[in-house]
Amino acid sequence: MQLKNKGTVATALAGAACALLGSPAAQAEEEMLKDWQFDTAILYYGETDRVSLAEGVINATKTNDDDSIFNVKLVLDTLTGASANGAVAQPYAQTFSRPSGKDGYVVKAGETPLDDTFRDTRVQVSSSWMQPFADTWRATGAVNVSNEYDYMSLGLSGLLEKDLFMRNTTLSAGLSFQFDSIDPVGGTPGALTSMLTPTYIGDDNEEGEDEFEWDDDYEEGDNKTGSESKTTTDLLVGVTQVINRRMLMQFNYGLSVVDGYMTDPYKLLSVVDNAGITQDVVYEGRPDSRTKHSFFVQTKYALDSGVVDVSYRYATDDWEIDSHTIDSRFRFNLGDNNYIQPHLRYYQQSAAEFYRPFLNQADPLPMYASADYRVGEMTAYTLGLKYGHKMENGHEWAVRAEYYQQDPKNAGFDEPGVLADLDLYPSVKAVILQFNYHF
Amino acid sequence: MKRKLLAILAVAGVLQLSGCASLGVQPWERDLLAKDEMALGAEGVDLGLDDHIYFSKEATSGGRSFAGGGCGCN
Repeated sequence: MQLKNKGTVATALAGAACALLGSPAAQAEEEMLKDWQFDTAILYYGETDRVSLAEGVINATKTNDDDSIFNVKLVLDTLTGASANGAVAQPYAQTFSRPSGKDGYVVKAGETPLDDTFRDTRVQVSSSWMQPFADTWRATGAVNVSNEYDYMSLGLSGLLEKDLFMRNTTLSAGLSFQFDSIDPVGGTPGALTSMLTPTYIGDDNEEGEDEFEWDDDYEEGDNKTGSESKTTTDLLVGVTQVINRRMLMQFNYGLSVVDGYMTDPYKLLSVVDNAGITQDVVYEGRPDSRTKHSFFVQTKYALDSGVVDVSYRYATDDWEIDSHTIDSRFRFNLGDNNYIQPHLRYYQQSAAEFYRPFLNQADPLPMYASADYRVGEMTAYTLGLKYGHKMENGHEWAVRAEYYQQDPKNAGFDEPGVLADLDLYPSVKAVILQFNYHF
Repeated sequence: MKRKLLAILAVAGVLQLSGCASLGVQPWERDLLAKDEMALGAEGVDLGLDDHIYFSKEATSGGRSFAGGGCGCN
């Protein structure tokens, strides 16, 4: 009886609310949102024994009556896990200090040294406005802000597009400027200065935690300075061409000039003797300018029930990193409301001129050096599959699962003594899972 | 080297443009090209997420759009 009463009251209240506000409000809301499109996604990226990342995206786009388009995008991600610190494996256990300088960690014999302290949350907000004018022109302005614990980035960009030949050809030119500042945990270490290593004294305490001891003359923050910054200026020009009823192509040339601090303040290098035994561990140092060129071509081809999308990018820069990337997606429609889409990507890069897997004690210290495998020689591939479904109300959802593997290579460095028997170029394997919802 | 590169680009650009006039379709032949999935920026959210992953894990970025950056990406 009581339940019934409750139900009656609730129904009456709901009815009253609807009568008072409900329908006009709902109508107004519908009216307001009818020009908006929302794309949302959550992504999980996880490497075996290393970093894992969870990322969420909300992208809202409004098309106005004059065909101008307003877009705002929010990205949130959180990262945890271990990252290779750059030092080489050794046939015995090694001790390193954490970036904070307050603690240490031990790496087992024969294992690639990983620093497991990475934990960061990033928030990114970006917004753009595209305005068509004079019938065949479009101008887009965009701003971008990204912030994480030790890193902040601000960007501004502009793009101008012009349609020609009955809109079969589009020329585009864009300019982007970005300012990044980094405030490393524990300070910015001097390039190629020694890391002060603590001595491991055991885990014989109540919590069973590893304990470390520092030299008497050690001072936290020694040989470290404050925050650093860099600027990036990008120029991008492109041509998009409709080839025929089924095919279109795009060509882009990109120039990117980066000035400032590009060193990874958390990465190290081992200094080894002739027997391959580590004598010292130093912080890496990279040049403070970089000029990059990229050439990008993309083709999209419409099948009777699907799309073939293939792109190729060649990039080269004055760090002597040359790379080739082939990215392809094949969409097959299964009826009107479903599709599957395999994804294949292949990537290959040469090593930066300052890349060294380790330094030899007998050689003079170079001006720049990094053992970060990401600036070394490597190949990588991605295999993925996406399934999408359009619901009766017009909303769409999709899931995608991918496998990504990086295979670092020896770019011709001799491996003295014990290093010959250790794996200095371990592969990195990751899975990517994603869910999209569009309404 | 840079001059040569610019010269090649300029020639390629002019060839491309002069060739463009004879390519393309009439407005009533755009049925397939007008589909959402044929847009170059289709699946923009996926492309953005991929860019973030590969920017963090590889030494090259950009091409499709600005090379940018905007994360510490350890």
